[in-house]
Amino acid sequence: MEFFLNRFPLYLDGALITLLMTVLGSAVAFVLAMVIGILGTLRNPVARAVATVYTEAFRGVAALILLFWFAYAVPQITPYQLSPMFAGVLALGLNVGAYGAEVVRAAINAVPRAQTEATIALNMSWARRMWLVVLPQAWAQMLPTFGNLIIELMKASAIVSLIGVADLTQVAEEQRSSSGETVLAFGSALVMYFVIAQVLIFGMRLLERRANRRLGRAPAGGGLLDLLRPPTPGTKVGAAK
Amino acid sequence: MTWDTEFAISIIPRLLEGLAVTIQATVIGYLVAVVLGLFVAILRRIDYIGPVVFVVFEFIRTTPVLVQLLFVFALAPASVEPLTIGVAVLGVHYAAYTAEVYRSGIEGVAKGQWEACRALSLPPWRVWGAVVLPQAIRKVVPALGNYLISLFKDTPYLFAITVGEMLFVANAIGTEAFRSMEAYTLAGLFFLAVSVPSAVIIRRLERRYAAV
Repeated sequence: MEFFLNRFPLYLDGALITLLMTVLGSAVAFVLAMVIGILGTLRNPVARAVATVYTEAFRGVAALILLFWFAYAVPQITPYQLSPMFAGVLALGLNVGAYGAEVVRAAINAVPRAQTEATIALNMSWARRMWLVVLPQAWAQMLPTFGNLIIELMKASAIVSLIGVADLTQVAEEQRSSSGETVLAFGSALVMYFVIAQVLIFGMRLLERRANRRLGRAPAGGGLLDLLRPPTPGTKVGAAK
Repeated sequence: MTWDTEFAISIIPRLLEGLAVTIQATVIGYLVAVVLGLFVAILRRIDYIGPVVFVVFEFIRTTPVLVQLLFVFALAPASVEPLTIGVAVLGVHYAAYTAEVYRSGIEGVAKGQWEACRALSLPPWRVWGAVVLPQAIRKVVPALGNYLISLFKDTPYLFAITVGEMLFVANAIGTEAFRSMEAYTLAGLFFLAVSVPSAVIIRRLERRYAAV
C-alpha cells in the first residue's frame, strides 16, 4: 500500500494519458463508425464498397501493426513524422471504428422496415428520417456493443507505451525497473485499469438506460444502484422486439 | 526514400517464418482458451467458488493483455521461454472471453433438460457430458470462432516480450536495414491474408448454425 501511495501521482498521470487516449480514440472511432456504418446501409454500390473495404481492412489488421506502421513506416515515405500520441489515436480509432461500423450497419438494418415505410408515407426527407426515426431506435441497440468496444479500446490503448507514450503501462514498466517490485508495480497499474473499466461500464449503462427511456422501453423505477448489477439474463436491453 | 519492391521481396521468407510463430502461438493459445474457458464457465455455477472465479476472470477480462504479458514475463524465471509465457497469458486472457460465450450457451439450454436429468437422477458428469454441453457448445461454435480471429490479431503483443513473431521480425528488419515501410506493410498484408478469409469462413458457419 505504501508503495502505491508514494507513487500515486505518477500512476495518476499515466492513468490520465490512458483516459485521454481512450476518449480521443473513441471519438475518432465513433465518427468513423457512424459515417461508414451509414454508408454501408445505402443502396449506392460505391458507398457500400467503400464501407466493406474499410471494415474488412481495418478489422483484419492488428491495432499494434497499424500503430507501428503510422509511427515508423509513414515517416519513411512521406515528410510527415506523426507524434506518438497522434499515431496512437489514429491506429486505435481506425481499428475500433471498423468494428463499430459493422455494429451501426447491423443496428440500422434491424430497425423494422415499417418504420422506414411510414416515414416515406409522411414524405420525410432522408435526413429527417434518419435523425428522427431510424437512428434513435438503432442507437438503443448499438449502445451495449459500443460499451464493449470502448472497453476494448481502453485496453488496447496500452500499446502506445511501446512507442514511448507515458501511459499507465509505461509508468508501470518504469516503476518496475526502478524499484524492482514487479508485483506491486504492475498490480497497481492493473487495478487502475480495472477501475477505469468499471467506471466506463457504469457510464455506458447510464447511457443505455437513457436511450431506452426515450423510446419508452425502460422498466419503470430502479435507482442508480440497479446499474451496478449486470442485467439479468433474458432481459436483453436494447433489443427491439 | 520510397517503396523498394526488390527489398520487399527479399524479406518475405523471414516474415513468413515470423508468421509461422504467430500461427503457432494462435493455435496453442486458442486451445488453452477453449478448454480453460469451459472449466471457468462450469466452475462459475458452483456455490462459493463461483463468485470468486467470476471476479478473478472479470478482472482479467477488463485489464489490458499487454500489461498482463509484461507482468508475467517480468515475474517468470529466465529459463521459461517467452513463447510459453505468451501462449499461457493469451490463453488465460481469452478464456475469460470464451467462458462468457459458454455461459450464454449453457443458459440457453432449456430448463426441462435439467429437470429431466434430475428426474433420471443422472450423476453430474453425465448431466454435463451427455446432456447440457452437447447442446450448449453446438450453439456457441460461431462465437468461439470469432475469438480465434481476435486472438490471432492479439499475437503482435508478444512482440513486447521478445517472441519472434511477425511484428518482431518486421521490427528487426526495420532496424537492420533502416527501412520500415516494406516490412510493416507486408506484415499488415499478411495479417489481412489470414484474417479476412477466416472471417468469411466464420460468417458462413454462423449462418449455418444460426438456422438451428
